[in-house]
Amino acid sequence: MKDFADRPQQDHPLLFEIGSPGLCAVSLPQLDVPPADEIDALPPELLADGPPALPEIGELDVVRHYKRLAHRCFSIDGNFYPLGSCTMKYNPRVNERVASMPGFAHVHPYQDDADVQGLLELLYLLRCDLAEIAGLSEVTLQPAAGAQGEMTGLMIINAYHQSRGEHRTQVLAPDTAHGTNPASCATCGCTSVPVRSRPDGRLDLDDLRRKVDRNTASLMITNPNTVGVFDGQIAEIAETIHAQGAQLYYDGANMNAILGVTRPGDFGVDVMHFNTHKTFSTPHGGGGPGAGPVAVAEHLRKFLPVPQVVKHEDGTYGWCNDRPESIGMVRSFFGQIGVLVRAYTYIRSLGCDGLRDVAEKAVLAANYLAARLKERYQMPIPPPYAHEFVTIPAFKDSKVTEHDIAKRLIDYGIHPPTMSWPIHHCLMIEPTETESRATLDEFVEVMLTIADEVEHYPERVRSAPHTTPVRRLDEVMASRKPNVRWRPR
Amino acid sequence: MKAPTDRKYSKTHEWYLVNGDVVTMGITQHAADELTDITYIELPDVGATIGAGDSIGEVESVKATSEIFAAVGGAVLAVNEALSDHPELVNDDAFGDGWLVKLQASAPEALTALMDANQYKAFVENAEQS
Repeated sequence: MKDFADRPQQDHPLLFEIGSPGLCAVSLPQLDVPPADEIDALPPELLADGPPALPEIGELDVVRHYKRLAHRCFSIDGNFYPLGSCTMKYNPRVNERVASMPGFAHVHPYQDDADVQGLLELLYLLRCDLAEIAGLSEVTLQPAAGAQGEMTGLMIINAYHQSRGEHRTQVLAPDTAHGTNPASCATCGCTSVPVRSRPDGRLDLDDLRRKVDRNTASLMITNPNTVGVFDGQIAEIAETIHAQGAQLYYDGANMNAILGVTRPGDFGVDVMHFNTHKTFSTPHGGGGPGAGPVAVAEHLRKFLPVPQVVKHEDGTYGWCNDRPESIGMVRSFFGQIGVLVRAYTYIRSLGCDGLRDVAEKAVLAANYLAARLKERYQMPIPPPYAHEFVTIPAFKDSKVTEHDIAKRLIDYGIHPPTMSWPIHHCLMIEPTETESRATLDEFVEVMLTIADEVEHYPERVRSAPHTTPVRRLDEVMASRKPNVRWRPR
Repeated sequence: MKAPTDRKYSKTHEWYLVNGDVVTMGITQHAADELTDITYIELPDVGATIGAGDSIGEVESVKATSEIFAAVGGAVLAVNEALSDHPELVNDDAFGDGWLVKLQASAPEALTALMDANQYKAFVENAEQS
């Protein structure tokens, strides 16, 4: 008998390639009104030559098609996902339960405030909670993701300098900053100037002092930074920045490491954004969905976007547009509501102690992995680490690279960590607090096994992955000669 | 590591070959190897004027995007048109067919401050060890 299990999985056809003419997944009822003669109503030059070539498939085949694709999806619900720099933690099921409650899921932004008091109360409480966690005065929930939060924060900083009659155009960022930092600077009409990091990953204060001047609008800093260490010079950095009248911007991408332990507002930050989809769970990846609330210190409150969700004196909730110096609206309606509901649920179900516990366990997990891997993997930055660390998989007399290790991890059912950034040839590993000791140990065993393989069977690693529907993709051809349109065979 | 002795090198891994006041520049083979397969190169327009220290374009690979800096200012005499269809020329022959730009240098003597081949090799080896 033919072994169907051996059939190459990449042969799975597209919807356009299955089905046959006349098949249909839905049966529409007969019209109970006379059909409009819409064809005659349209200008003939706008009409297509015929109906579009849509797939014609039965319902069961459609279901199987998507089910098969779903089985190929990699997610944290199925496997370990130690992706550094973008906290991929488990999204507790209670988040989904709350977010799907009709009062949150089935409301419309044009409904009267009186109809949606529950949602407004949640948004109000969330913005207060986030301000408390940030150690700052007030929060806007509007920005739809981290990068938009950065843009909003920089617009607020620009508005602040302009209100003082200054036009500052330079934004400093460490050379290990997330790529979104310089991109946000450019979007806001500023020039981004990199500040050097020391070999131990901390900011080079001398270089900072050389570069900061009266044209500096702000320094954008991530702390713990992208190599996974907390920069204890942060108070001195803040002082240096403030002495020139500039503002300190905090990129909240790595907030998971300091939740409830310290607060950006307490170490001199003026503006920060949260990535609620990272720090406060909620499923994300592949570009969304996210939410990037921005917190500001007292002197910047008046520049926050409108409308702002507020609690009226009579105890009801509503929107306030009365902020003449506001930078305006940065997103339609009120923000990424579904993500914000999940973030609030996460914060409230953990409570103050629980949030601190998150940070402590995330840090413990990262340091545990680093300590166990250091025998076989080089650690360019000395410990202790925060919630993530970078390692350089360099093996003597071997051409195996970080890329190969990442591909081999897929064979073992582990999502590849972030690669090749912010240090050449590195892997950036962030286990998060949600993994059990057993999973962490399993990961260590896999990494050590791969190190053995590199020594004895390097080809096995260099040609990985071996177990996926498609093997190594030709990334070079995909970039040089992108084929972005499907054509029938 | 390959580094021809007929030219000068910058710390940002560009090379400069001087012929009178015409300077041909490109990125070093080491830089091309580090970037891995180059997929796209953005170069200035012919006739454009470039200031010393300016970014004149960027090199994009499957792994990273990197700016190209000119250590010397001047007018752009020519750019390597072949690279728009064949960016891999930089990977294959960074010091030859993979050249990027020819400049009419306004002050070519500025290049004397750059590294020679041996200094550049030592610079790369040092950077790799630290």
